[in-house]
Amino acid sequence: MPRIAPPMPVKSDAVGKRWPAVTYEVGAEKIREFADAIEAPNPVHRDHDAAKAAGFRDLVAPPMFCVVYSARAMGPAILDPEVGINLATMLHGSQEFEWEEPVCDGDVIETTASCIEIYEKGGMGFYVFETVSTNQDGGQTVKGVWTNIVRGE
Amino acid sequence: MPELKPGDAIPEYKVTPDKYLPHRYAGASGDFNPIHIDPEFARAVGLPGNILHGLWMMAQVARGAAQLAKGDPRALKRLSVQFRDMGFPEQELVVSGTVKEAANGRVVIEMAAAQGDNQVIRNAEAEVSVS
Repeated sequence: MPRIAPPMPVKSDAVGKRWPAVTYEVGAEKIREFADAIEAPNPVHRDHDAAKAAGFRDLVAPPMFCVVYSARAMGPAILDPEVGINLATMLHGSQEFEWEEPVCDGDVIETTASCIEIYEKGGMGFYVFETVSTNQDGGQTVKGVWTNIVRGE
Repeated sequence: MPELKPGDAIPEYKVTPDKYLPHRYAGASGDFNPIHIDPEFARAVGLPGNILHGLWMMAQVARGAAQLAKGDPRALKRLSVQFRDMGFPEQELVVSGTVKEAANGRVVIEMAAAQGDNQVIRNAEAEVSVS
């Protein structure tokens, strides 16, 4: 007999909540370290002159470097008791990023997280957050949509 | 690269994370969740061993898509992924993709990543500027 998942009650009071902006100062060695860890070979991630020759303001981060500066803003959101995520059974379900301005050495990035959706489906809770990151000139660098799934007990 | 059209496969991108890659990625990303770096802890919570960071696997899908623009960091406009299964160190990860739309210097690619028969990322979609 198939097991029917019991409903997983979720509270949605936190939908619409925004958390205070988190600031991140971008540095050359952090960009190089991240480029090494994801094996991004392009010299524009390691060499100031190569990056400038390619038209960037300075040494440029790989697109997925956005996790370094924007994930920090997600911490307080996931841990907020008003959201009520059970961390022990939380999985990262899906992720979306939309990139705009490149991020370079010396940039100061501010990221704000907000909760955009909480719902129950198939006995699991779905918690959807958005992060918006902007640089020191007010240019948006990335928008992220983070979906965390919490399994029922 | 020749003109891409819907239905075309993009070149596969293959990478094998070594045993200590999750440690380096933890340091680079700031995600020190012990399920990624401590095999004993991972087994204690019911996993077969320490598992790859999902966002590292997503970065490999990003690299697979950015191949179309020679790895230019400006080229990747959008990437969405679903994490469907666990990935493990010391197993080859194969990133594949099929062109869904191609017009006006923008290519939309349906993508996936697998280790053997284990589809770790499915229903991924990337938008790349190739102009």
